[in-house]
Amino acid sequence: MMAEFFEYLIEPMQYAFMQRALLMAVLVGLVCAIFSCFLVLKGWSLMGDAVSHAVLPGIVIAYILAIPLSIGAFVAGLFCAVATGYVKENSRLKEDSIMGIIFSGMFALGLVIYLKVQPEIHLDHILFGNILGVQAADLWETGIICIGTLLLIILRRHDLLLYCFDQAYARAIGLPVKLIHYTLLVMLSLTIVASLKAVGVILVIAMLIAPGAIAYLLSNRFSSMLIIASSVAVGSSIAGVFISFYLDADTGATIILTQTIIFIITFLFAPKSGILRNKTAI
Amino acid sequence: MADYKFNPTLKVDDITVTYNNGHTAIHDASFELEAGTICALVGVNGSGKSTLFKSIMGFIKPIKGAVTLSGMAVNAALKLNIVSYVPQAEDVDWNFPVLVEDVVMMGRYGHMNFLRIPNKKDKAMVAEALEKVGMTEFSQRQIGELSGGQKKRVFLARSIAQEGQIILLDEPFTGVDVKTELAIMELLKEMRDEGRLMLVATHNLGSIPDFCDHTVLLNRTVLAAGATADVFTPKNLEKTFGGVLRHFTLGGDDLHDDDDARSLSVITDDERPLVIYGKETKKSKHATSDKDEEA
Repeated sequence: MMAEFFEYLIEPMQYAFMQRALLMAVLVGLVCAIFSCFLVLKGWSLMGDAVSHAVLPGIVIAYILAIPLSIGAFVAGLFCAVATGYVKENSRLKEDSIMGIIFSGMFALGLVIYLKVQPEIHLDHILFGNILGVQAADLWETGIICIGTLLLIILRRHDLLLYCFDQAYARAIGLPVKLIHYTLLVMLSLTIVASLKAVGVILVIAMLIAPGAIAYLLSNRFSSMLIIASSVAVGSSIAGVFISFYLDADTGATIILTQTIIFIITFLFAPKSGILRNKTAI
Repeated sequence: MADYKFNPTLKVDDITVTYNNGHTAIHDASFELEAGTICALVGVNGSGKSTLFKSIMGFIKPIKGAVTLSGMAVNAALKLNIVSYVPQAEDVDWNFPVLVEDVVMMGRYGHMNFLRIPNKKDKAMVAEALEKVGMTEFSQRQIGELSGGQKKRVFLARSIAQEGQIILLDEPFTGVDVKTELAIMELLKEMRDEGRLMLVATHNLGSIPDFCDHTVLLNRTVLAAGATADVFTPKNLEKTFGGVLRHFTLGGDDLHDDDDARSLSVITDDERPLVIYGKETKKSKHATSDKDEEA
């Protein structure tokens, strides 16, 4: 029985592309999970959505200019975030409306240019990722971005957390609030760029929200929230890679479905906030 | 108390604040406060109280005039970690995954190194602050599990742990029971006696003379500022609140059956008073809060 189980685990790992996919999924899952805690607490989930859509024109234009695609993606993502802030300060519209206009506009622009230019990169791969096609160079790129982002977040988590919790107080005690704000935006863009190859611009949103949302329902302290979110994400990444291999399903989508199922279970059965728990308690 | 080179003072010098959308929230406002002061900031909603707070914390720059803290420009003073802030209950996400202890520890961030790893002194200051506000036994609770008064005390403890010298408090008494209100007032007085400066935005008009030695009346500009005894007069309050204020006067005929012509005035902002005079209850139209007054 046990031997059979191991066989199931070993078989996919005989293929180098599956090994790379697993490593990629775990890396991306981890960094997205840590970041998702901040997005959920700051109420920035839609910002993740916006930035990830907005990278499309960046990728296409970078292709035309023959510069690394990730640089184009990063610049476009950051532009979306900064432009949102600028329009918000100078109009009476609320942030969600502004984001909606900017990111869908940029996404549309990306599509138009894409069809005009007809680059060699598949649109499918940009939108949904191509984790099974990940090359060693992609792994390096993603790995460096992930480790850099993770280190920065983990070392500065107290200030980032205070910024999310009580911006006015952060300001009063002299923390550089603007710098923290833009650090978060830069890291968000970087995280999305790092995740593109694995899950694409559409599915990355799920990875940037679900682990944090699950952990939020389960924890009353930030340190435990970080641990739960990372465990959920890494676990889902590993499970998703193996399950997709045997079901012959899309890997990125399987990872996200796994997270979604964990969310539903948490929503129903979480010790304090689960709806079924509450019903029996009353 | 640690030695501070800076005497906590606050000077608002003729400031006008206009937002990007063109709305001028405060104009030509001036007042000045010394160390060892509790000052009430009184005005209707929209009178510019939060704008004034934001200018003191450097969120917005006045287009005219300047705010000076301990003789320094706002940003310089903020960097020295002498300013503290107690937020209004509505501005806090009470589901946030932080424990009471974590919130109070935030007060120590300005004293810690880059990585914000607390040392012995930080831990001791947090414990002491919790003790001072009587929240020691709740230190491991998530903040949403507390009562309204307990929540306020946690945030006050954060300012105490910070050793803040200029403390801004936004509506510290909303959602707080009478016992806690008195406890908070005692704490603030203690902090005043240590030489700190506190600016308290409040709608709780009745308690201002009890604990605020100074009062600033605000309505888009400073209408009056100075010692509470001089400023906190019915005439000034009427000017501040216009028609918003509830003002009840019970004349001699309503109060008693003799020829005594004295009357009883009750002035209130948000809180609705119940006035009891003698055995009979003379209710104001919406009477709920309990206030005992004698003519």
